[in-house]
Amino acid sequence: MTRTLNPAADLATDTEDVARLLTAEGERIADPALDPFVADVTAEDLRALYRDMTLVRRIDIEGVALQRQGQVGLWAPCQGQEATQVGTARALRADDFAFPSYREIGVNFVRGAKPADFVLAWRGEEHSTFDPYEINTATPQIIIGAQTLHAVGYAMGIQRDGCDQVSATYFGDGATSQGDVNEAMVFASSFRAPVVFVCTNNQYAISEPVTVQAKFPIAGRAPGFGIPSLRVDGNDVLACLAAMRWAVDHARSGGGPAFIEAVTYRIGPHTTSDDPTRYRDKDEVERWRRRDPIARVEAHLRARGEFDDAFADQVQADADALGAEVRAACLGAVSRPPIGVLDHVYEEPHSGLEEQRVAFAAYLDGFADAAHGAEAVR
Amino acid sequence: MTQLTMGKALNEGLRRAMADDPRVLVMGEDIGRLGGVFRITDGLLDEFGPQRIVDTPLAEAGIMGTAVGLAYRGYRPVVEIQFDGFVYPAFDQIVCQVAKLHYRTRGNVRMPLTIRIPWAGGVGAAEHHSESPEAYFVHTSGLRVVAVSQPQDAYTMLRQAIASDDPVVFFEPKRLYHSKGDVDLDLPLADAPPMGLARVARAGTDVTVLAYGAQVMTALDAATAAEDDGISLEVIDLRSLSPVDYRTVAASVRKTGRVVVTHEAAREAGLGAELIASITEKCFHHLESAPVRVTGHDIPYPPAKLEKYHLPDLDRILDAVDRVLDRPNSLTGVQL
Repeated sequence: MTRTLNPAADLATDTEDVARLLTAEGERIADPALDPFVADVTAEDLRALYRDMTLVRRIDIEGVALQRQGQVGLWAPCQGQEATQVGTARALRADDFAFPSYREIGVNFVRGAKPADFVLAWRGEEHSTFDPYEINTATPQIIIGAQTLHAVGYAMGIQRDGCDQVSATYFGDGATSQGDVNEAMVFASSFRAPVVFVCTNNQYAISEPVTVQAKFPIAGRAPGFGIPSLRVDGNDVLACLAAMRWAVDHARSGGGPAFIEAVTYRIGPHTTSDDPTRYRDKDEVERWRRRDPIARVEAHLRARGEFDDAFADQVQADADALGAEVRAACLGAVSRPPIGVLDHVYEEPHSGLEEQRVAFAAYLDGFADAAHGAEAVR
Repeated sequence: MTQLTMGKALNEGLRRAMADDPRVLVMGEDIGRLGGVFRITDGLLDEFGPQRIVDTPLAEAGIMGTAVGLAYRGYRPVVEIQFDGFVYPAFDQIVCQVAKLHYRTRGNVRMPLTIRIPWAGGVGAAEHHSESPEAYFVHTSGLRVVAVSQPQDAYTMLRQAIASDDPVVFFEPKRLYHSKGDVDLDLPLADAPPMGLARVARAGTDVTVLAYGAQVMTALDAATAAEDDGISLEVIDLRSLSPVDYRTVAASVRKTGRVVVTHEAAREAGLGAELIASITEKCFHHLESAPVRVTGHDIPYPPAKLEKYHLPDLDRILDAVDRVLDRPNSLTGVQL
């Protein structure tokens, strides 16, 4: 039987039409579909999620500060999206593989990225620092939506290896307009690949509101590809964990791909180069600040008597220590030597590039008389 | 030695590469039951099954992007792009991902893809089925680019490309799919010339003619014809377009002092420009005359009935030979 979908024109922006387990005030509400996936979650688990999110926010604050001080060239803040990133990433196993975009600070944190990994790329020292195979997480992707295809291909490899891992890919609402994301869903569906699509709908693609990308809830597209989907409150870390567990279970058990749209909000600018006051008003931002994902889980735990100031202070101290580590990693970065710019282009020798290496080395040698040859070249 | 067409040699190369390494798989449109529109994958589905001979949805970016993911996982995907003119939807994945991931990850992630492209013109095809896009890929750092001109190279270089830990764009001249040649199927890869080396297809003394792909055959025909006029052409089959084997090229130019470069692709910023610039840098004092390019016109690929006016043929190569030898030629007395 087919049903004609005829959505209201404003559905794409109807942020209340989401699955939710914690209200903005922290009240636990029932959701028969999601409850079974978090029945085992204890107060201690929720405190751990609170801690994750607080630490991620602290990294973000440090990154913005480092940019303002000229220590990194650019920063893409994730404030407001901590629940989406931490809740979903905590549903993955260590041997699953994540394919994040450039804003997924929380995903990378949960996967095991080290302090230096958050800043050295933005500082311009390296395009990426962590070895993807050490934390089973791909290098954060800058080309919008390209990583979704990589996640599907990786999942096709999992299938061929006969393993029960899954891959997960993170992308934004803007990315859903890209051909790559749509092709990724076609391939995932056709091959029943064990991949989870996590769309972070943070309402804006730089300045363009989500209504430019979609006139229908983004999660509603997935069933058209034969992929079951869920639209979840992206500021509710418990709901994000539950939704991702549902999706991961579906993929891991041979059901094929699953899709989650996490409805959230980018509190900060697109990047530190952006001026969001040109395209959105203060009231809107304030409205979303009142749905803060960290405050929400804190309120919930306090109401249960499972959260006290001593815990909050300890987490804040841990966060500050991590922030200091991030800063130290940034300020202590050592750039590659000039000749190193030619490294790693190929795995095997390439005679054309080798000739350029010889020539560039000879050129650099001309500065050997100077006390600091490398400085002279710069 | 076995007499094989280039198409069959490619087929045998794929078969051998898949038998040698279980991580090799082939992806593309119509490559399974049909065996590919040129039958290069004929019989492989039966032999290796649908997990390794993968008929994909009709989306080139999707094929390339999922191949990247498979490579991330440790596989060695061989991607068949059905026709040269269909590669552009995959261009973003090739340029931004395939070519850059090794550099981006400081060598942690390898991209051992082989991108096979049935390539170039002379087969009377419809629009978008006769293009020569090789310069785009040569210009893209991180890729290796090769073009084959004979069945033995098709067999061995395809296996070398698949065995390479770098991504290789592998151009197969459609015009030569049915050309035959001796192939040693048991030649160990270690004994075959490395993929990056050029080949002196015909030794000569007066003019160096640089060619690749189907143009090698045209250049060899020109050399035979020139011989009647007492002119000795040395024809070099570049085989590898990135890197170019300038050692072999320069040795020839230093001997002859005169250079003609030919390719089907348009002239503007084409490979001929790069070759002549590099030759001029390396061999300036050995040159006896200005090098000359014989290429396709700077036009979109023309309709099939007109392609003979576009493709550089034997006579155009001979005319260029006359130019570099300062003999009467089509441009004698013409002001450009």
